[in-house]
Amino acid sequence: MLYREAGEFKSTYQADQAILTIRQDRWFMWALLAVAFVVVPLVSSQYWLSTIMLPFLILALAALGLNVLTGYAGQLSLGTGGFMATGAFAAYKLATAFPELHIIVVILMSGAITAGVGILFGIPSLRIKGFYLAVATLASQFFLIWMFNKFGWFTNYSASGVISAPPMSVFGDNFVTGAYATAEAKYLFTLTLVVFFALMTKNLVRSNIGREWMAVRDMDIAAEIIGIKMLPTKLKAFAYSSFLCGIAGALWAFVYTGSVEPLAFDVNRSFQILFMIIIGGLGSIMGAFLGAAFIVLLPIFLSNAPHWFGLNIAVDVISHIEAMVFGALIIFFLIVEPHGLARLWQLLKEKLRLWPFPY
Amino acid sequence: MRIEKDVIYILLATLFLMVAIPWAVGQMSEEIFFEWPFFFEVAIGGLLAGVMYSLVALGFVLIFKASGVFNFAQGAMVLFSALTLVGLNEMGLPMWLAIIATLLVMLVLAFVIERVVLRPLVSQEHIILFMATIGITYFLDGFGQTLWGSEVKILDLGIPSNPGFYFDGKILINDFDLVAALIAGILVITLAIFFQYTRIGRALRAVADDHQAALSVGIPLKHIWVVVWAVAGIVALVAGIMWGSKLGVQFSLALIALKALPVLILGGFTSVPGAIIGGLIIGAGEKLAEVFVAPLIGGGIEDWFAYMLALAFLVFRPQGLFGEKIIERV
Repeated sequence: MLYREAGEFKSTYQADQAILTIRQDRWFMWALLAVAFVVVPLVSSQYWLSTIMLPFLILALAALGLNVLTGYAGQLSLGTGGFMATGAFAAYKLATAFPELHIIVVILMSGAITAGVGILFGIPSLRIKGFYLAVATLASQFFLIWMFNKFGWFTNYSASGVISAPPMSVFGDNFVTGAYATAEAKYLFTLTLVVFFALMTKNLVRSNIGREWMAVRDMDIAAEIIGIKMLPTKLKAFAYSSFLCGIAGALWAFVYTGSVEPLAFDVNRSFQILFMIIIGGLGSIMGAFLGAAFIVLLPIFLSNAPHWFGLNIAVDVISHIEAMVFGALIIFFLIVEPHGLARLWQLLKEKLRLWPFPY
Repeated sequence: MRIEKDVIYILLATLFLMVAIPWAVGQMSEEIFFEWPFFFEVAIGGLLAGVMYSLVALGFVLIFKASGVFNFAQGAMVLFSALTLVGLNEMGLPMWLAIIATLLVMLVLAFVIERVVLRPLVSQEHIILFMATIGITYFLDGFGQTLWGSEVKILDLGIPSNPGFYFDGKILINDFDLVAALIAGILVITLAIFFQYTRIGRALRAVADDHQAALSVGIPLKHIWVVVWAVAGIVALVAGIMWGSKLGVQFSLALIALKALPVLILGGFTSVPGAIIGGLIIGAGEKLAEVFVAPLIGGGIEDWFAYMLALAFLVFRPQGLFGEKIIERV
């Protein structure tokens, strides 16, 4: 009764084209943003901000990137970790070679470099499809990680192969990387970028390009016949997806951990992000965030759960049981709702339109 | 099976390149040691290692053929079967009894997977089923190690593992690898006969061809899936025994799945002979590249070289060497 579009008249084209056409949706979104920007930094502890909210936001950005490629353009990829690593190392090389560059420029440029690498590894997708492509993208994953491990140039010849972010600030003394950065500054900086790119992605997938991607996803032969060029469309998807993944990688290395080794972006990271978009919902912006929240919070919950029940189990057994429960929950979620949390969200909204009446 | 002409050309070209590139590098570079007996030793070692990859890839092929599911859990099944075998053996069962008991466990596992995971997900998209098998992977890895512990265990079946010298002592081959190749060969022939001449085998091929048509002529899909997962479980057990006695039974056995994937795409997801030939090409190519080319670019290329090699083949044949031709209609 409260949540419905009845009685809302659109008198301009702009209103008709809005992302959120229902008033209550807009209120909800503004409220959500207000909570994220104001309430969360005020009430959360340092620990929550820096160990839960930051990885959640950054992985959500990477999931957004993969969702563009897999959920919208239909190209199954297992190379996300490699692209994140590319972003991280590109940012490191840029920040150390040109110390005077502003951090936002560094991050955007590392995204652009990753987009170039993504285009390169996306070329086989013109001929290879489906699971063959998924396995082929593993080539990029393993090759990139090997490259960053092997050649000292990428780590400025550091002995341990670990890169550390130099302290950088947005303006004045507002450091977002390095030892002086506060958790709040890091959080707000990351949140701003993530919100910006989420909005950009949302608009992109509603545009001409996004419609082409979805046509390719649904049936690429049919898409080709109605005049969509495969080469630019698929490569655009790879480029934009890797752009977002690269930025996520740069943020991960610079803002979240501060120092990182290539192994942080191994194939398990790729699987983790694939889990996020499938649990969250393929082809949905909301889904990337819901999936990221689920996958980030679940292991924390699982590793703390035995304490709450007063059980004492050896650490290695806990980690095995964690893997077990994690796997079982994944299967459970797939069976209950194969279209992900985003679909549940939609069902909830449909129920809400009738509430509190039965029909 | 009909072999297409371009597959033969590709195979010949591969063979030529595998000999020519190491030879050429050996002639040009001072660092690389090249001599024909040494070359053959490396190549044969690679081929035999490739057979071991094929063992794992076979399990993938069986399940993909029969149900269209890309079963990522094959590596976890290898680990799980090996852990169970060693665990039962440590509990005091004689080895032959432990093997039979593990076979039973794998059958039960196949039944449970079909009942709990596959049946509720029937007719979902491929990517959902793929994800579900990754879920199975996590579950099996955790379950096996919770049950049997995660320390490295030794599996000794009495297979000889001394290096043997052949061809007047010029070429050194590990006897263990020869035995492994022999067992893999027997397994493949058995599977081929099973698929070709038995009632269940024919039903499996029918299901692989077309689920709906198979159902409509009265083939029970549920049973077929249990059978095929059970066969894949048995293949996993054989792979687990061979890899387990080679490397010791430990978590890294599960990562062998990552070694089998390039074999799989090179040979084609739907072809049993493809898994074997793919394994041979990957095994030999990887070893040759490691010995004759890798020192020039810094070494340690075994992580990705197999993938790049498979990728190069896919560019020419997107369905793999022996995979069914992908025909798309609007």
